[in-house]
Amino acid sequence: MSLLEIKNLTVEFQTASGPFRAVDGVSLKVDEGEVLAIVGESGSGKSVSMLAAMGLLPWTAKVTADVLTFNGRDMQSMSDAERRKIIGREIAMIFQEPIASLNPCFTVGYQIEEVLRIHTDLSRKARRDRAIELFQSVGIPNPEERLGHYPHQMSGGQCQRVMIATALACNPKLLIADEPTTALDVTIQKQILDLLMKLQAEHGMGLIIITHDMGVVAETADRVIVQYKGRQIEQADVLSLFSAPKSVYTKALLSALPENATGGRLPTITEKLTDAEIFAGAVR
Amino acid sequence: MTPVLEAKNLKRDYHIPGSLMKPAKTVHAVKGVSFTVEEGKTLAIVGESGCGKSTLARMVTMIDPITEGEMLIDGRKVDIASEPLTSEMRSKVQIVFQNPYGSLNPRKKIGDILTEPLVINTKVPAGERRDRAMAMLKKVGLEEKHYGRYPHMFSGGQRQRVAIARALMLNPRLLVLDEPVSALDLSVQAQVLNLLADLQDEFRLTYVFISHDLSVVRHIADDVMVMYFGEAVEYGSRDQVFDDPQHSYTKTLFAATPRVDIDAIRARVERRKRVA
Repeated sequence: MSLLEIKNLTVEFQTASGPFRAVDGVSLKVDEGEVLAIVGESGSGKSVSMLAAMGLLPWTAKVTADVLTFNGRDMQSMSDAERRKIIGREIAMIFQEPIASLNPCFTVGYQIEEVLRIHTDLSRKARRDRAIELFQSVGIPNPEERLGHYPHQMSGGQCQRVMIATALACNPKLLIADEPTTALDVTIQKQILDLLMKLQAEHGMGLIIITHDMGVVAETADRVIVQYKGRQIEQADVLSLFSAPKSVYTKALLSALPENATGGRLPTITEKLTDAEIFAGAVR
Repeated sequence: MTPVLEAKNLKRDYHIPGSLMKPAKTVHAVKGVSFTVEEGKTLAIVGESGCGKSTLARMVTMIDPITEGEMLIDGRKVDIASEPLTSEMRSKVQIVFQNPYGSLNPRKKIGDILTEPLVINTKVPAGERRDRAMAMLKKVGLEEKHYGRYPHMFSGGQRQRVAIARALMLNPRLLVLDEPVSALDLSVQAQVLNLLADLQDEFRLTYVFISHDLSVVRHIADDVMVMYFGEAVEYGSRDQVFDDPQHSYTKTLFAATPRVDIDAIRARVERRKRVA
C-alpha cells in the first residue's frame, strides 16, 4: 500500500474570467522511504497540487479527485478536525521562504514546542528535551541557547533547519518540501539537501520535493514527475528521466540547461513548442 | 587597447553610526579588489550573499562612491565622491537588476520606462525618443504594440527584456548584470541568456555578470572572479578557474553546486540501493 495515493486530481479556481484549472488530472503515488521529485516551471501547478492534497487551499479552490488517500484513509471524506490530526503529525510540510514561514513574534523554541503541545501529550519538560534533541539532529549548535532566539536572529539556513526540525517533531510518515532550498546559497543548499536526505534515510519516511531546479532533482530523487501548466508530462525514475527522456517537453527542458550547451547559444525549443504539442508528447 | 573597465585595489567601507547602547562600527564590504575587463568580454563575479558582489556592482555603476582605490572606465578615472557625475559618464555604464518585478515602475507604461533615461540624460526630442524606444523593443524581441502597456501585463522573461532594453537606451559601453536570470524559469533563462549574447555581439558590449549559478557562469563568462567575505579569492580565465581552482572556497563552491550528470546520478542510485 502506498503512503500517499492521488488519482486524477483537479483543482479549479473561480476567477472573474471564468474557472481557471491550475491542476488537471494529476496522479501520483509515494511509498514509504521513497523520494519523489515534482519538477516544473512556475505555473505548472506543482505546489497547488500538494496544497490541495493536504487540504490547505482556500475555499475558492474546487478540488476533485478520484482517489486521495493517505495511509489507506480517504482524505476527501474526512472531517476538518480529523484532517488536522494527520497534518503536522503524519504529513509535514516545509516551505520555500524559511524566514517568512516562521512567526517573527515568537521564539523558535516556542514554535517548535507548540507543535509538540498540539500533537502529543508530552509534559512541558519532555517537550523541551525533545526540542533540544530535534535541534541537535538538524545540526543547530548550542540548541539550549538557540531555543530562546527569534527568527530574525538567525540566518536563512538556520531558519530552514528550524523549519525542518519543526516538521520532524512528530516523526511524520511523509514530508513535503516545497522548494526547500531556492532561497539559500549553494553551499547552504548542499548542507540542507544532505540533511534532508540523511533524515529521510534514518526515519524511512516518504519525501516529496517540489522544485524547479534540475540539479536538485538529480541529486535527491528516486522518481520524478514533470509537470507543465497543471498537467503531468512525464513520470519516470530519475536515471531514465535524465538519460533517456521520453516527452518532447522534458527533452527541451534538459537541453536548455547551460551545462548541456554545446555552442555559444542555448537551444530554446520550449519557445517554439505549442501547448498542444507539449501535451500531445506527454508520457504518463 | 584600453580596457573598458579597470579597477585597482577597490575598497568600500560602510560606516554604521553608533547609538546609546552600541558603538559605531565600520563594515568592510569590499576589501581591495582589482580586475580589468576588455571590450566585448564578460567578467563573471561569483559568490554567496554578503560577499560584497552587489556592493562592487554599485561602485562600478557609480551609485556608491569608492572608499579607496582607483576605477577607470574607458581609460578615464572616475571618483563620484570628489566630482559630480556627468551625464556622459552616466550613459557609459548601465545596470540590469535581478528582480524584473521590482525594478520596473508599475505605474509607468513601457514606453515611458524606456524613454526616461533619454529624458534625463540627453536632449533628444520626443519624436526621436519614441522611435529609438520602438527600435529597442524590437531588438530585445518584443513588439511595437507593447509600447503602451504596463509592466504587470508581461511575464517575468518579458519584463527582464524590458529592463535590458532600458539599460541599452543610452548606448552604454558597459552593462552590469546583477543576477539577471536567477528569478526566471529554465526555458526563459535560456532565451534571456541568448539575447544577452546576441546583443553583446551586435553592440560590442562589455558585461560584468554577477551570479551565484556556476553553470550559467561557465556558459557565458570569459573571465571569472570568485569573491568571499569582500575579497577576490580567485580570478582568472573561465577555463583556468573551472578546470583548476586554487582556493579552497572555490573548490567548496564547485562541490556544492548540484549538477545534472548521468554518471553521478547512477552512482547515487546504486548507493541508495545498497543501503536499502
